[in-house]
Amino acid sequence: MIVAGIDVGGKNVHIVIKKDGQIIGKGTSPTGIKKAEAVEALYEQVLKQAGLTRKDVECVVATGSAAKRVAFANGSIADAAADARGVIKLFPNARTVINVGAEEGRSIKVSPEGKVLDFAVNDKCAAGTGTFVEAMSRALEVSVEEMSKIALDSTKSIPMNAQCAVFGESEVVSLIHQKTSKPDISRAVMDAVAGRVGSVARIVGLEKDVVVVGGMAKNAGFVDSLQNNIEMPVTVPEDPDYIGAIGAADAALSGVIE
Amino acid sequence: MVQQGKPVEFWRWPETNWVNPDIDWKKGKFVTAGVDVGSVSTQAVIMVDGEFYAFGNTRTGSDSPNSAIKGMGYTLEKTDMKIDNIDYCIGTGYGRVNVPMAQQAVTEISCHARGANFMYGPEVRTVMDMGGQDCKAINVDDRGKVLNFIMNDKCAAGTGRGMEVFADLIHVPVWEVGPRSFQISKEPPMISSTCVVFAKSEVVGLLEQGVPENEIMAAYCSAMAHRIMELLKRLGVKEKFVITGGIAKNEGVVKRLEKELGIKTAEQAWANLQYRKKNYPFDTQLAGAMGAALFGQALLKMGKAKSARKPGIVE
Amino acid sequence: MIANYGFKDGSGDWYVTIDTDKCNGCGKCVEVCPEKILEVGPDEIDIFREEPVAFVKHEERKKIRYHCAPCKPGYGSEPPPCAAACEPRAISHSDGWKACFKDSHQ
Repeated sequence: MIVAGIDVGGKNVHIVIKKDGQIIGKGTSPTGIKKAEAVEALYEQVLKQAGLTRKDVECVVATGSAAKRVAFANGSIADAAADARGVIKLFPNARTVINVGAEEGRSIKVSPEGKVLDFAVNDKCAAGTGTFVEAMSRALEVSVEEMSKIALDSTKSIPMNAQCAVFGESEVVSLIHQKTSKPDISRAVMDAVAGRVGSVARIVGLEKDVVVVGGMAKNAGFVDSLQNNIEMPVTVPEDPDYIGAIGAADAALSGVIE
Repeated sequence: MVQQGKPVEFWRWPETNWVNPDIDWKKGKFVTAGVDVGSVSTQAVIMVDGEFYAFGNTRTGSDSPNSAIKGMGYTLEKTDMKIDNIDYCIGTGYGRVNVPMAQQAVTEISCHARGANFMYGPEVRTVMDMGGQDCKAINVDDRGKVLNFIMNDKCAAGTGRGMEVFADLIHVPVWEVGPRSFQISKEPPMISSTCVVFAKSEVVGLLEQGVPENEIMAAYCSAMAHRIMELLKRLGVKEKFVITGGIAKNEGVVKRLEKELGIKTAEQAWANLQYRKKNYPFDTQLAGAMGAALFGQALLKMGKAKSARKPGIVE
Repeated sequence: MIANYGFKDGSGDWYVTIDTDKCNGCGKCVEVCPEKILEVGPDEIDIFREEPVAFVKHEERKKIRYHCAPCKPGYGSEPPPCAAACEPRAISHSDGWKACFKDSHQ
């Protein structure tokens, strides 16, 4: 059986195509303004790479903040449910899933069967999301990738006072003027986001194993800061940003859709 | 008017100072001053026995102590008074603990409440101050005492800074946003994102879709009005309702807020009819410093002034 | 006086509210707060008040959302420690934390 999972996030679309439980095609592209068109184009591209046509796919399940934009989907599942499903397949011992994306952060308590037991979410505010890091990266004039690396070289921890991304930019600029090193500023930014994500996670409770997914999970500096904040080791899957799409594809396979 | 200098940028007001020609401070018993160091502007007000004597309104510089010194110096310029002639000085505002000539610091919430009561009269019940980086709403009683307050200085949405970011994004001078937001054929739905950063992406999307700029301004002004409204809901707004600070000058936001609240904002004029008749300058930005100077009067009268030391620049 | 300490952002209302007319300045809330965000001292708003009053520390006001989160205010029937310890019932929390927590859907 061939199925597809499509995760339409605030910043990127991720698509996974599975055949009998194996991933046979995947791809990502920016969501952009015209979300439906972006999904359409990426879907065609992923199908082509996998040597498939639309007719070969039996079921398409969408997830993510703009899941409704996927007109051709057979159904959709909630973001948290997709994360839980996607993670439990890879890490059966996972009990807490923390997803930090471009515009949202959430923490999910999962059952051994991959069911969502509890979840808490931070949305509608850029603090505690990838967008915050991006805004700071512009102020610092260092790419997010670079920040992610150099944050690990930081020697001292500086607390950021600003909680808002807009005020944070001014704070980063003043830290630069104070001749604070770029690694230390990067670290301060990662610590700030980690602090917010950690507090959301503490609302649902942190239980081992903790798996971190979403675009920010690719940011080594952030993951390190998060581990320090929650005082627990975390696991990051390969392709952590595809977890939502994988979970959606899994839901398509099991026929659990809304 | 008493204004001097040219406005450079809209949100940075022209620097102004004034002295009351009807008062001889030498005959006064208590001379008090209030210095309000804000993130954008610094005001100093001098009062003689509870009467408005002089003020200076200047831009905040790189640090609070120097801004306070500059503001006070600019105020004294028009008078024949020296800093040592001031009996008691109170600092307020964001930089209140760094006012070198002040003997005491009082939070801007108390000072705004007290100042608004003096300026607009004892009928004032709700004071909303919209600053560059914060926003505060206060319910007061007929003596200017704070009954309930709410402050937001964590998030840029609903502050002057949020409006500046928006103006920068659409390349429209911030002072044109209000008037242009009414040059539309129909009121558009408001920008749905509260967060300024997310609102930016939303605005970029609207621009790419070819939505007229004026409509986008209307959508942003409505969103800001709605956001202020939500903050006020927590507090409960009562008339007389007074709105001060930079956003008070943006009619695009104020008129939409009045409509949503169903309450008009009070006329910007002295409650004191003598002051009104004599045309004493009425500047809403003075409320904080005025309140601080009034607290100084009250403390001296009650013998509660915390320090007998005369105001002066402390090294 | 109703003092609201905290902030509002896109994700909700995050305030600790202290009714200073009820607060007797006993300081029990300060003792039980695990994050040490509360303090008892002179009333900074009502400068003529003689009795000490509880308030949220300055440096904590912008972080209240994160520092109150572990106590889960509004979640379940148990009040958070500060509210539980307050005999005159002067302390309450806004509903941001409650709204942030959503029951599982599946």
